[in-house]
Amino acid sequence: MRLNYPTDIRIVRVPCTGKVDLLHLLRAFEKGADGVCVVGCMEGDCHFNSGNLRARKRVEQAQAILDTIGIGGQRVQMYNLSSGEGTLFAQYATEMHTRIIELGPNPIRAGQREAA
Amino acid sequence: MIVADKKPVEEIIEQIRNHHHLLILGCNECVTVCEAGGKKEVGVLASALRMYAMKEGRDVKIDEVTLERQCDHEYLEEIRDRIDQYDAVVSLACGVGVQFMAEKYHDKPIYPGVNTTFLGATEKRGLWTERCQACGSCILASTGGICPVSRCAKRLLNGPCGGSSKGSCEINREVYCAWQLIIDRLKALGKLDEYEEICPIKDWSTDRAGGPRKVVREDVQL
Repeated sequence: MRLNYPTDIRIVRVPCTGKVDLLHLLRAFEKGADGVCVVGCMEGDCHFNSGNLRARKRVEQAQAILDTIGIGGQRVQMYNLSSGEGTLFAQYATEMHTRIIELGPNPIRAGQREAA
Repeated sequence: MIVADKKPVEEIIEQIRNHHHLLILGCNECVTVCEAGGKKEVGVLASALRMYAMKEGRDVKIDEVTLERQCDHEYLEEIRDRIDQYDAVVSLACGVGVQFMAEKYHDKPIYPGVNTTFLGATEKRGLWTERCQACGSCILASTGGICPVSRCAKRLLNGPCGGSSKGSCEINREVYCAWQLIIDRLKALGKLDEYEEICPIKDWSTDRAGGPRKVVREDVQL
């Protein structure tokens, strides 16, 4: 199975999405990321019971903050799939990529260019 | 503990609009436990404010510090050597910390980053409820350890009132009737006869009605 997904997505591996903190998500945007998707196990299938549920809450918190400051909450998204669903991963990656292309670059970068 | 709630980021953005070098100052005590003003919340707020400033093309520098407490001189002194470099401080401590900061660093604008709400307990993560109004003369000994001053909407000392229905208060079905709780607790303690005793008029001069309060303990003062 040779699946393709957009090449401009950088994978950051974590032991469980429960490890992903709100600060990690915000720092990614602060450093100029255009979008972040958190891909966790199916809800109810977390090896650590509630890691992916915690991640979803944090993604929602990040969405609210990004909306408030005008960066756009749609730039961060939570997806759930099982480890055997490579096809779905490629589909989600493409979906996220398309969404970010539509939204355009992180507004922070435009602001920094103006300041410079 | 003192329970606080985070202020909306928009409100803080508005407050700090004219400042270029800011300190976001957290507190490691109560506001850390209620997840409103600890080290994590300092990081999140600082990140949000930095991103907003970058988006607007403004050159704003934001530093993060979290003190052990903001309601004691010795901890607030820890930032004395660096406070001069900041235009303003956003304090995520309760109202006590914000005011103590303002008193100590008189020429520095201090903005509150949280809304201080009440003295309460953590029922579970994400749920804090009021337990005490600091009335200054505790009557818990005679009310089965349940406070009618903070938990009865009418602060009744001889309740319940006619608005108590099936254990709920008339102001909201989800609010327990404090006096029903007191009766149930006294029954469980086998002290229901104490309920029959009329509580005399309370001395409210120890409450806020007597103006700002202070505790003086000459036995521990040096």
